[in-house]
Amino acid sequence: MDKLTIAGRTFDSRLLVGTGKFSSPQVMAQALVASGAQIVTVALRRVDIDNPADDTLREIDRDRYLLLPNTSGARDAEEAVRLSRLARAATGIEWVKLEVTPDPYYLLPCPVETLKAAEILVKDGFVVLPYINADPILAKRLQDVGTATVMPLGSPIGSNQGLKTRVSLEIIIEQSSVPVVVDAGLGLPSHVAEAMEIGADAVLVNTAIATAADPVEMAAAFKLAVEAGRKAYEAGPRAPTRNAEASSPLTGFLRDS
Amino acid sequence: MSVQATSTSSDASIAPLLKSQRLDGDRGCWQPRLGEVTSHDVESALASRPGSYSLAKLLALVSPAAEEYLEPMAALSQRLTLQRFGRAMRLYAPVYLSNYCVNRCQYCGFNHDNTFTRTRLSVDEAMAEADILAAQGYRDILLVSSEDKAFITVAYLTELAERLRGRFSFIGIEIFQLSAAQYRQLLDAGIHGVTLYQETYDRAVYARYHLGGPKAKYDMRLRAPEDMGQAGMREIGLGVLLGLADWRIETLALAEHASHLMRQYWQSRISFSFPRLRPACGVPPTEFPHLLSDRNLVQMMLALRLCFADAGIVLSTREPARLRDQLMGLAVTRISAGSRTSPGGYKDAKASTGQFEVSDSRSPSEVVAVIKDKGFDPVWKDWDGAFSHA
Repeated sequence: MDKLTIAGRTFDSRLLVGTGKFSSPQVMAQALVASGAQIVTVALRRVDIDNPADDTLREIDRDRYLLLPNTSGARDAEEAVRLSRLARAATGIEWVKLEVTPDPYYLLPCPVETLKAAEILVKDGFVVLPYINADPILAKRLQDVGTATVMPLGSPIGSNQGLKTRVSLEIIIEQSSVPVVVDAGLGLPSHVAEAMEIGADAVLVNTAIATAADPVEMAAAFKLAVEAGRKAYEAGPRAPTRNAEASSPLTGFLRDS
Repeated sequence: MSVQATSTSSDASIAPLLKSQRLDGDRGCWQPRLGEVTSHDVESALASRPGSYSLAKLLALVSPAAEEYLEPMAALSQRLTLQRFGRAMRLYAPVYLSNYCVNRCQYCGFNHDNTFTRTRLSVDEAMAEADILAAQGYRDILLVSSEDKAFITVAYLTELAERLRGRFSFIGIEIFQLSAAQYRQLLDAGIHGVTLYQETYDRAVYARYHLGGPKAKYDMRLRAPEDMGQAGMREIGLGVLLGLADWRIETLALAEHASHLMRQYWQSRISFSFPRLRPACGVPPTEFPHLLSDRNLVQMMLALRLCFADAGIVLSTREPARLRDQLMGLAVTRISAGSRTSPGGYKDAKASTGQFEVSDSRSPSEVVAVIKDKGFDPVWKDWDGAFSHA
């Protein structure tokens, strides 16, 4: 499996993991290990980012993982920018997963405020990984302002519905010049395998691992699925076809005539 | 069985909608409708998209027929709550600021007509109470007061919020009604949540129990959540005082109200609380013919969860430990622990009279142990003051 590069940093793992919804920080830590993830996202609303003894933060080994703060809960660009700057001031981390989610129910990202915040943060020196709906034009606009990735959703966050936005994801992947990380809605290892097979550079999973009966085993299953999907993509999958295709040509005999 | 469709976003206010549905009084049409619900209707409701709301679906789920379906309702509710909220249980604690009151609500221990030694806390005294909670681990605080406008002013709350902000990540209030402009001032000061119960959506019942004071005006009170929404409050807490009127019909009215607010003020999160009438100073339980059994309460909670996947469901220490423990993970997402319901009650357990008797008197650490034991993560912090203040 080739390596993932984001903003000049390379990673062996193409699975990013979120830290919410676990039964305890200890279970979370074990699941992170099993996932093989090297990028771990944490909601600034949930942790005391300036306190290394925070229950969640102290379980995340900073030598092993890139800690990726996210702005979940921010309602507009101003809030997301303020949170990002406070997190950077407290930790020195310049990476931010930009989430502007004004609707508290489906937590769908606001395209207008996300673009606005991304522009400000990029100018301010941040490495910005924006969470977006699977909107190919928005993805291009974000790429134009200098985000490090785009992170389109597969389906609404936490919904475990898989790649409901596949048609748009394929366009984003086809057109993107920054890594495409499919984020949200990935409920099963088969969903992430599908995302990797169609050419996503990476995926982010949280709810499906955290709320599984055995989060550690599930994290391991997702790791395998990401690797399988990526290998399949690299191996050049044939497009599915409705017609049977014989492995030996049926009309080979015509060569002799 | 025909049920009128839910409001459209063009409705400016909930009042006409409740009236057209005959949910604000003259509710005679609802009893037969509840009685006509069949097991087939309940099964259809259970088969509908989990967490989505329609009045017809909720009618089926709160009906007597659905009482036979509590087990499958609980299973669905548990799955939905786990999916949407994860293995997290948010903890909060109330601080009572004043029990002086100008209202004469027949069910409340703080009723103006009751005679007892009343207390109001200065900002410093309130901070001393908050310090005790902070030392217990709390980061989510609910400021509570009866209608004592002369003392608990916007300036008082603003000063208190500014001092609390450093230690608490979420500050909510549960006090008398304010205007949209005042809610906005409080939001700017760092108060991000407001809880205010309509108590009952039935006008006649409302008039019977609210005998005097500003709160006696039904329509004015019904406006309050709209004002919170217009002010941009993050969390709007709704509820009915369970025991005043038929809970099944109250649940329909409550849900219509919530659904209306969600469409109209789509950036505010709605939560439901379930204050069940309990004996308190001057409240004879015999005066309340609609008290809920545990089964009723659980059915109501599950029905609302199955209609509102992402609504916060809050359960206070009014309820006994055994019931609270069982409901964690089934539907409830936010609980208080170790609460004192009198001003100054944390510093001095014998201080003044409480609003209601606390039924679950376990300490926060005891409740935390139960939460962990049940496979949940006790969440002290699920917000950050930095959303609004640098």
